[in-house]
Amino acid sequence: MATTAAPSVDREIIIGKPKWRPLESEGNLAMLLLLPTIALLLMFIAYPFMRGIMLSVTNSKVGVAGDFVGFENFARLLKDPIFHTVVYNTFLYTFVTTVFKLILGLWLALLLNRNFKFKRFVRAFILLPFIVPTVLACFAWKWMFDPTFSVLNWMLFKLGIIASGQGINWLGDGDLAMLSIMIVNIWRGVPFFAISLMAGLQTISPDLGEAAAIDGAKPLQRFWYITWPLLLPVTMVIVLFSVIQTFADFQIVYVMTGGGPANATHLFATYAYQLGVGTGLLSQGAAVSLAMFPLLFGIVIFQLMYIRKVETR
Amino acid sequence: MASVTIKQIHKHYDDFHAVKGVSLEIKDKEFVVLVGPSGCGKTTTLRMVAGLETITEGQIMIGPLVVNDLPPMDRDIAMVFQNYALYPHMSVYDNMAFGLKMRKFDKLEIKKRVENAASILGITDHLNRKPRMLSGGQRQRVALGRAIVRNPQVFLFDEPLSNLDAKLRVQMRIEIKKLHQRLSTTSIYVTHDQVEAMTLGDRVVVMKDGLIQQVGEPLELYNAPANKYVAGFIGSPAMNFTTVQVTNEGGVLYASNPAMRIRVPNALAARLGAHAGKQATLGIRPENLHMATGADNADNSLTAIVEVSEQLGSEVILDVKVADGAMVASVEPTVRVKPGEPVKLALDPSGLRFFDAVTETAI
Amino acid sequence: MIEGAAWRRWVFFRFPVAIFLIFLLFPFYWMVITTFRPDGELYIPWYRANYKPLWTWNPTTAHLKYLFGETTFITWLWNTTFIAVVATAISLFCGVLAGYALSRLNFRGAALLGTTIFVTYLVPQTLLFIPLSEIIRTYSLGDTPWSLILTYPTFLIPFCTWLMMGFFKSVPKELEECARIDGATRWRAMLYIIIPVAVPGILSAMIFAFTLSWNEFIYALVFLSSPEQKTVPVGVISELVRGDVFFWGPLMAGALLGSIPVAIAYSFFVEQYVSGMTGAVKG
Repeated sequence: MATTAAPSVDREIIIGKPKWRPLESEGNLAMLLLLPTIALLLMFIAYPFMRGIMLSVTNSKVGVAGDFVGFENFARLLKDPIFHTVVYNTFLYTFVTTVFKLILGLWLALLLNRNFKFKRFVRAFILLPFIVPTVLACFAWKWMFDPTFSVLNWMLFKLGIIASGQGINWLGDGDLAMLSIMIVNIWRGVPFFAISLMAGLQTISPDLGEAAAIDGAKPLQRFWYITWPLLLPVTMVIVLFSVIQTFADFQIVYVMTGGGPANATHLFATYAYQLGVGTGLLSQGAAVSLAMFPLLFGIVIFQLMYIRKVETR
Repeated sequence: MASVTIKQIHKHYDDFHAVKGVSLEIKDKEFVVLVGPSGCGKTTTLRMVAGLETITEGQIMIGPLVVNDLPPMDRDIAMVFQNYALYPHMSVYDNMAFGLKMRKFDKLEIKKRVENAASILGITDHLNRKPRMLSGGQRQRVALGRAIVRNPQVFLFDEPLSNLDAKLRVQMRIEIKKLHQRLSTTSIYVTHDQVEAMTLGDRVVVMKDGLIQQVGEPLELYNAPANKYVAGFIGSPAMNFTTVQVTNEGGVLYASNPAMRIRVPNALAARLGAHAGKQATLGIRPENLHMATGADNADNSLTAIVEVSEQLGSEVILDVKVADGAMVASVEPTVRVKPGEPVKLALDPSGLRFFDAVTETAI
Repeated sequence: MIEGAAWRRWVFFRFPVAIFLIFLLFPFYWMVITTFRPDGELYIPWYRANYKPLWTWNPTTAHLKYLFGETTFITWLWNTTFIAVVATAISLFCGVLAGYALSRLNFRGAALLGTTIFVTYLVPQTLLFIPLSEIIRTYSLGDTPWSLILTYPTFLIPFCTWLMMGFFKSVPKELEECARIDGATRWRAMLYIIIPVAVPGILSAMIFAFTLSWNEFIYALVFLSSPEQKTVPVGVISELVRGDVFFWGPLMAGALLGSIPVAIAYSFFVEQYVSGMTGAVKG
């Protein structure tokens, strides 16, 4: 009945004082746990990033400290026709490969999203292009693309698509070279898309599809109206990761074409390498690298905003 | 002495005032149940006693010790969680031994305590198994075992039976009661189920919106609810409420509305007198309504139309439509009525309760 | 589900999957075949009649012998593995602790720190390699495995942290609360309860970090110069290609043998790898 009760006054009261345990405080413990990470990232990302910016505003070369030159390096880049090509190449490369990786990856994910014999083996094997060191796999492709010894040309020859004198100059012709590196990038990226999208598909309850089927929806309609919208958030995250990777790609181009022929396949990373390490023009190389950053940042922000919009729909 | 004193505690979350000045004195060896709907503050209060939530205002004492600033590990308490919180990577034995290991008990003592607790709870065969191999009931026993081995001053229970199916819930309820009879540890038990509250508690605390509505022994809450909320919360099916006009007709009080005209028994008339000429809420429990017989007269009966008749075997629950609303009556199992049929129900005057129409407190 | 006639299963399922598999796995087959194909067969132009690419009837181990005899391939394998293991260990250590802090502790700046770590992931190696090469030179770390062991965690840690954050978030907080009531300090609750429960996540992070380390190229290319220090990708490209001449036989042998260790490690942890990849994407 009583809703309040007064404690008996004549009872001895001790105020409990906790032992001094500095790591019980969430703030302190967090600081300790994050220390190694923050130290490493500061030393090997933040600091070099700053130095990169400083490099880009000087005219340093290898072994020769440079003087401050302001935005001269960037101004030169803006007028540099090779740089224009690089920007165009990188955007084209990123855009086309992402679209194909998405379409093919999605198709493969839909194909594999069912139970069948050997499913585990198939799933493990299809990830191999993504697991194996890219440089090594690129050598196999380069050999496959070799103008004189290409097995792909042989296949097309046997299928009657080309004649013996009409070998496709996979890596020697400007446009074909771009196509070739795109093929390799797509080859490497499709498994990533497929496996990740498969996981996304599995979070969509089969009840939804069944309900729609009972309502009379055909497979394509079920995909478009039910599967795709539910898959969109995961898809956007996958695309985000892939875009970042592809934009900054180096290995494929370095091994396959070195940027040629005639700069047709040069990307930001390979051009920066050529300038900075190849010809020793450190500052100019740094400028090219840095030029990548705002563009990448912009794409990421744009995608993050889109993701947020999709998730809060 | 393991008493728990809760003095005017408040809990604020940003702009949400979850616990608004709760005070409670729990005696040594008492089993107190905090009961109420979700969001009433019962779990928050429990967690403040445990030390898992900080106390915004007020004081909590365990025994003679003010524990406000003490972390959970220094409060000498044990807690049983709703989803057991068993360490999945450890065997049952290690789960139960963990607390003792943390406090540096020696191996022999740990073995003794764990095996003792396991035998009390009947889980000795499972000591080497991992939690995922156990059923829900067994897991809950392990959770209880984990609490017992520590021999703490206070047991805290956070809705431990909510995850079990109905039958298991009844079984475990009895286990917990037997455990308390055996160990006599002071216990605070939180639940939203009023049946658990009534059967387990030495005293029951009904809470709503961060405030205590009433504290008392179960029967006290059932027979003398302090307000309409407690009256409607305790007891199943819930008490029927209807608005009535209190009239004084030549010294005799009547409570009436379009469906009934009830003569107020003398025992209540004294208190109700002040409300003559005003409206009040009349409460009557379904078990205090029966089919009117010749012995019942117009002073304590009402007419209604049957909407649904639920046969339970031991009783029949009638959902009836009364002039201004609906009521539920629990009548003898032999009653046979059809939906749409009019019936005459009589109420047992001793079951009448009145509540102020505005403040909802008991009159 | 493809219900109905068996032909539909063949056309819409088995055939496309087969094509995908061929597309994805053919280059590896090509690596294997080339490794064991003698030079005489290797250098036949594709339009000649005797170009028979899909099989070799005279397998040879000459290229393997060349690889092991004329180059320090074994050393490269050792280097790469050593660097990968140590870098993975460092990254796991940092990532597990950081992931725990960011996902289970309440402190001011938690959100900001989380975002910062995400942003560092966006800074690609191809952006940092020029200034980093300078720094590495200044501290005399050039041409040593430590130049990589210390720099690889920069892209491994953010990833490990995210992965672990996802796994830690799925551990119910009651587990920790119960441990603290039982008498464990936050530190001990983390060590004895939360981290063991998150072991599947740690394995995922481990295999992911290991494969990412093996795959890294530009830092290794820029920071390492002497043949005995090189990692497999760098060694293969610099020692098996002289100017414009590609020693395709040994090159493919190197590519094949260089891919095998990672593939083997991966094969033991496929489930963890997949759940790590999907966890990172969903988290």
